[in-house]
Amino acid sequence: MKPGTLSTFLARGAIWGFIVLELIFFSIAGQFFSVSDNAFLDPANMLLLLKQSAPIGIIAMGMTIIMINGNIDLSVGATFALAAVVLLDSMTWPFMAAMGDWAIPLAWTFALLTGAVLGAINGLIVWKTGVDAFIVTLGSMLGFRGLVFMYNGEQPTSHLNWTLVDFAEAQFLGLHTATWFLLGVTAVIWVVMHRTIHGRNAYAIGDNREAAINAGIRVGPHMMRNFVLIGFLAALSAVVFYSESGSVNPNDGQLYELWVITAVVLGGTKLTGGSGSVISTLGGVIAIQLLRKGLGHIGADTETVNLVIGLILIAVLFLDRQLNVKGKEALRT
Amino acid sequence: MADVSDKRPATSETGREDSKMAGLSKASVGTFLAKQGILVAFVLFIIGFTIANPRFIDPDNVLGVVRSSAILGVMALGVTFVVISGNLDLSVGSMMSFSTIVVLDLHDKIGPALAIPAMFAMTLCLGAFIGFLVGYLRLNSLIVTLGMLSAIHGLTLTYSGGQNMDIADKSGTWFSVFGQGEALGIPVPILMFLALAAALGVILAKTPFGRKVYAVGGNGTAATFSGIRRARVVFACYLISAFCVACAGLIQASRSLGSQNTVGQGMELEVLAAVILGGASLLGGSGTIFKTVIGVLILGFIQNGLLLVGLQFYVQYVVTWIIIILAVWLDIAAKRGRLWSPIA
Amino acid sequence: MTQPALRLEGIVKTFPGVRALDGVSFDVLPGEVHALMGENGAGKSTLMKVLGGIHQPNEGRILVGETPAVMANPLDAKGKGIVFIHQELSLAEELTVAENIYLGELPKKRWGFVDWETLYERTDRILKTLRVGFDARTRVGTLSIANQQMVEIARALTVDAKAVIFDEPTASLTDAEKVVLFDVIADLKSQGVGIIYISHRMEEIFKITDRISVLRDGQYRGTLNTAETNEDEVTQLMIGRTLDLSRNTSHHQLGEVALEARGLSCRGLFEDISFEVRKGEVVGFYGLVGAGRTEIAETLFGLRSPTAGSIHVHGKEVRIHSPAEAISLGISLVPEDRKSQGLVLGMNCRDNMTLPQVGELSSGPFTAEGAEIAIFEKYREKLDIRTPSWKQTVGNLSGGNQQKIVIGKWLSMNPEVLIVDEPTRGIDVGSKSEIHNLIRELASQGYAVIVISSEMPEVLHVSDRIVAMYSGRIMRTFTSEEVTEDNLIQAISGIEPGKSAEREPVSA
Repeated sequence: MKPGTLSTFLARGAIWGFIVLELIFFSIAGQFFSVSDNAFLDPANMLLLLKQSAPIGIIAMGMTIIMINGNIDLSVGATFALAAVVLLDSMTWPFMAAMGDWAIPLAWTFALLTGAVLGAINGLIVWKTGVDAFIVTLGSMLGFRGLVFMYNGEQPTSHLNWTLVDFAEAQFLGLHTATWFLLGVTAVIWVVMHRTIHGRNAYAIGDNREAAINAGIRVGPHMMRNFVLIGFLAALSAVVFYSESGSVNPNDGQLYELWVITAVVLGGTKLTGGSGSVISTLGGVIAIQLLRKGLGHIGADTETVNLVIGLILIAVLFLDRQLNVKGKEALRT
Repeated sequence: MADVSDKRPATSETGREDSKMAGLSKASVGTFLAKQGILVAFVLFIIGFTIANPRFIDPDNVLGVVRSSAILGVMALGVTFVVISGNLDLSVGSMMSFSTIVVLDLHDKIGPALAIPAMFAMTLCLGAFIGFLVGYLRLNSLIVTLGMLSAIHGLTLTYSGGQNMDIADKSGTWFSVFGQGEALGIPVPILMFLALAAALGVILAKTPFGRKVYAVGGNGTAATFSGIRRARVVFACYLISAFCVACAGLIQASRSLGSQNTVGQGMELEVLAAVILGGASLLGGSGTIFKTVIGVLILGFIQNGLLLVGLQFYVQYVVTWIIIILAVWLDIAAKRGRLWSPIA
Repeated sequence: MTQPALRLEGIVKTFPGVRALDGVSFDVLPGEVHALMGENGAGKSTLMKVLGGIHQPNEGRILVGETPAVMANPLDAKGKGIVFIHQELSLAEELTVAENIYLGELPKKRWGFVDWETLYERTDRILKTLRVGFDARTRVGTLSIANQQMVEIARALTVDAKAVIFDEPTASLTDAEKVVLFDVIADLKSQGVGIIYISHRMEEIFKITDRISVLRDGQYRGTLNTAETNEDEVTQLMIGRTLDLSRNTSHHQLGEVALEARGLSCRGLFEDISFEVRKGEVVGFYGLVGAGRTEIAETLFGLRSPTAGSIHVHGKEVRIHSPAEAISLGISLVPEDRKSQGLVLGMNCRDNMTLPQVGELSSGPFTAEGAEIAIFEKYREKLDIRTPSWKQTVGNLSGGNQQKIVIGKWLSMNPEVLIVDEPTRGIDVGSKSEIHNLIRELASQGYAVIVISSEMPEVLHVSDRIVAMYSGRIMRTFTSEEVTEDNLIQAISGIEPGKSAEREPVSA
C-alpha cells in the first residue's frame, strides 16, 4: 500500500465512523445523565439536528471547493451577515412592500446577488493582485463587517414575513426546508466538483498548480468562480436562516468562518488543496452539530463543546500527520 | 533525480533580473515604498486627519489613542515573533479572554499579588502546549491555533461557568494600577506597551535568539542545516506570544475590573491585521517590532481619526480592509517588479 | 535527405554573468532517437527549457519541420508538437489517469460537463497502445513511479507530436520497467516521431539511440553516429579539458583518522557503507545521482538515523541526532542544494555566514556584531567573495559567491571534517576552479574533507581517494594512482572488475 492511501481511506471514512461513535456514546451516556426524558436518537431530535446544521453546512460546501482549489476564505461570516441584512431590509423598501409576497423571491435574489458580488470582489483581488487569499479575505472579513454596520448602524435589522416563516418551517417528507437546502447544495456541489470541467480543473489546480498551468488551465477564472460560489452560498445560508428568524444583528455570523473551516478540516479536506470531498464535509458538519447537541443532552455545559471540538481538530491533524509520515523516509529538518 | 543540476540561474531569478533592468527607476521607487511605504502612509494619515480636525494631534488625543491601542499592541508584539518564525497564532484572542477571566477570578480568591503570577503561569502553559504542537510535532499552525481558539474559549467558559467575572471591591484594590494608573503623567498601559516593545524589539534585533527566529522563518531547512534547533525556536516564539497575551489580559482586567468571557473574541484577526500592516510576511522571515508598533498605531489612529471627523467606528473596518490589501499588494508588487499578478 | 523533425540553429542563452548556451545547433530526424549528453552544468536543462518555452533564446532559432517556431510557454510548445517527459512528474495525484492525460483539455458536453465516455474511450485507446496494466479510471496517486511515467508518455501521445523529449526517464525505473519504456520509444520511433533522449547511462544510450550530440560548458561539441563510435569517444567529447582539471598528484602527510563509518546502513537508501577519512585527506564520493551519496552525508550530519552500523569521530563511536550535535563534534556539511538548504536567501551575507555560531560568538546577551563582521571580512578576503558589503542580501549574489558564503560559514567554524556535496553545481567555470583549489588547500591545512560530486573531472582533480558508489553500495575505493576514467565509470555503473552481472540494487 502506498503511503497516504491508508490515510486517504481513513480521511474519507473516518468522519462517518466518528459520527457513529458519537451517536452510540451519547445514546448510552444519555441513559445515565440526560436531563430530559427523550432518547437522544429520537427522530425529531435528529431532524432538528440536520436543520440546525444547515447554516454552517451550506457555507462549508463552498469552503470545501475553495480549499480544494488551494485557497481559504475568512470572510464568509461577514458575507452571511450582509446578505441577511439585505434580505430583511429589502423587504421593507416601499416598492417591495407594495408587492406583497412577490417581494420574497426578489428579496432572495438581492441577498444572493450581494453574496455573489462580495465573493467576486474577493476573487478578483486574489486573482489580479496575487495577494494570498488568507490576507485578502482576512481584510474583507473586516471590510464586509464594516459594510454591515454602515448599512444599518448598530441596530438589528428586522422584518418578519409570515409567508416566509411558514415556508422556512415547513417540512417535506419529514425534512425541514433548511435541511433540503443543505442536501440540495451538497448534491449540486458534488456534481460540480465531480462532473464538470470546472470542478475537475479546480482539483487539478489545488493538487499541482504548476502542472495545471502548463496544461493551459487558467487558474484565475477558476479561483474567481469559486469565490463567487462561496459568496453565493454564504448568502444562501443567510437566506435560509433569516427567512425564519426575521431579525439580524450586525454581529451575526461572527466566527462562522472558524466553524466552517473546522467542519471542512474534520471532513478530511487538505489545507494545501487538491484533495477533499463535499460528502465528507457534510459528515464534518453533522459531527460538530452532534457534538453540540450531544453534550447538551448529557447535561454538560454547552460551553464544553468548544473545548472538545478544538481538541478534536488538533487530534485529527495529529493522526493525519502520523499516518502520512509513516513509511516515508523522513529527513529531520 | 538525475539532472536537477544544470541549474544555471533559475527562472524566477532571471525573470526578476530582466524586469529590474527594464524599469530601474520604477523599481527603486517601488522598493522604497515597499520598505518605508507604511511609514509614509502613516505620516500622510496624520497630516490628513490633522487638517480635517486639528484636535487630532492634541497630546491628550494622541495619548488616548495609544492607550486604547495598548492591549491590541501588546498582543501584536508577541504575534510578530510567531509570524516571523513562519507560523500563525489565531488563538491570542480567546487566550486573552482566558487570562482576563482567570486573573479577575483569582483576584478575589487569593489576592492580586498571587493572582497575577498564577495567571501568567496558566497562560504560559497554554502557549507551551501550542508551541509543543507546532514546534516539536510540526503540526500546521493555522489549524492548531484555530483549534486552540475554540478550545481555550471553551476552557474559559467552563472555568467561569459562563458568568461574567467581577471584582467585588472595585475601589479598594491596587490591581487597577495596570489599566488605570499613571506614572510620570503617562498611563500605565502605554508604559507597559512601550516597555515590552522596547524589550522585545531588542531581543528580536540584537540577540542570537532573534537572529534564529528570522532564520527559521526565512528558511527553516537552511536553519536546521546550520545547527539551529528549529523546534526550540518555534516553541519559544509561542511562549513569548503567550506572555504578551498575559500582559494584555492583565491590562484588560485591571482597566475594567470586570469582564465578559468573550472580551478578546475576534482580536486574533485584528492583531494579525496590525502585524501584516506593519509589513511582516505571512511566509515568515521578515518584519520588525518597530513596524508592528507602527501597524498598531495606524489602526488606532484610523479609528480615532474617523471618529473625530464624525464617522462611526465601523467605517474603520472598511478603511482597514482597503489599507491592508493595498499595503500587502504594493509590497509584493515591488518584489515581483510588476503591479498585476502573473496569474492567467 | 529527410526533413528534420526538429532543428536547432545557433541557440544562445545568456543569464547575467553566465553564457549558459553558446551557439548550440543540431537536428533530430523523424524516427530517430537522438541522445543529448553532457555533464551536469553543460547546459542540457537550459536547452530543454528553451525548447519548452520556459526560456526565450537570445540568439538562434528553432525549426519544427520547416517552420521556425517561437515557444512562448510550455503550452505553446506542446501545441507545436514538442512534448516533454519530465523526470519530475507533473501529475495531479488525486485525479484519474484519464483526467491527467487530458489535463486542460477535458472533452466537453453541454453546460460545462465532462464528457466521460469520450474521455475514457480516448484514454483507453492510448493506454492500449502502451500496453500498460492499469486503466483510465485509476487514480494516479495509487500508481508506481514507472506507471506515472507511462501516464506522462500517454499525455504526449494525445497531441500530434513531432518531437518527444525524454529527460532521464530511467532514473527511477526497474529493469523490467525499462524494457517497457524502450518498447514504447521504439513504437514512437516507428511512427516517425523524433526523440531526444537525455541520459547519463552509456549502456542505454548505446542500446537505443541512433545519434549522440554532446554539450560541454554550454557549447555544442559535435554529433556522433552511435553505431560508429564508442564510450571513450563520447566521454572524451563530454569531459574535454577546458579547465585545469588534471589529476590530483599532490601528496602530503596524512594525519590520524578523523571520521570513520563502519557498516553504515539506512534502509532503502544505502547499505553497508564503510570508509574512513584522515586529516589532510580529500575523499571523493563519485556515483550517479541517486546512488546514495547525499543520503550518507545527511546521515553523518545527523539529518537521518542510520538503521545499522556506526560512526566514529577520532576513534570514538558517536550517535548523531541533529545537525547541532554534528556541528559540536566538528562535522560540517556544505549541502547539495545551496538555495533551499544552505542559505537563508532573504538574510544578509554576514548573518548567513555566522548563523551556526551566532550564539557562541556573543559573550553577553547580545549578538557580537563586530566579531561577526570581522569573521565575514576575513572569509570575504580569503575566499574572494565579491559583494559590495556584508549588508547585501544573499539572494542577490551570483551562484559562485553564494556557494563561497556557505563554504565560509563552515570554515569559520574550524571543523574537523568538512563534507561538501556538489560543491560547484550551477556555478561558472572561473569560480569552479577557485573552489577546487580551496578544497585542496584545506586538505593541506589538515582538514579532513569529503567531496561528493557527479562530475568526474572534479572528483579526479581534488581527491586523494575516490569511493565509487552504485545503487546504495560502495563498489570500490580507488587511490589516485589506481583510478582511471574507465574503471571509475564501470564501477559507478555497477560493473565489477571481472564480473559482468550487476549487483542487486538496494533501492528498487
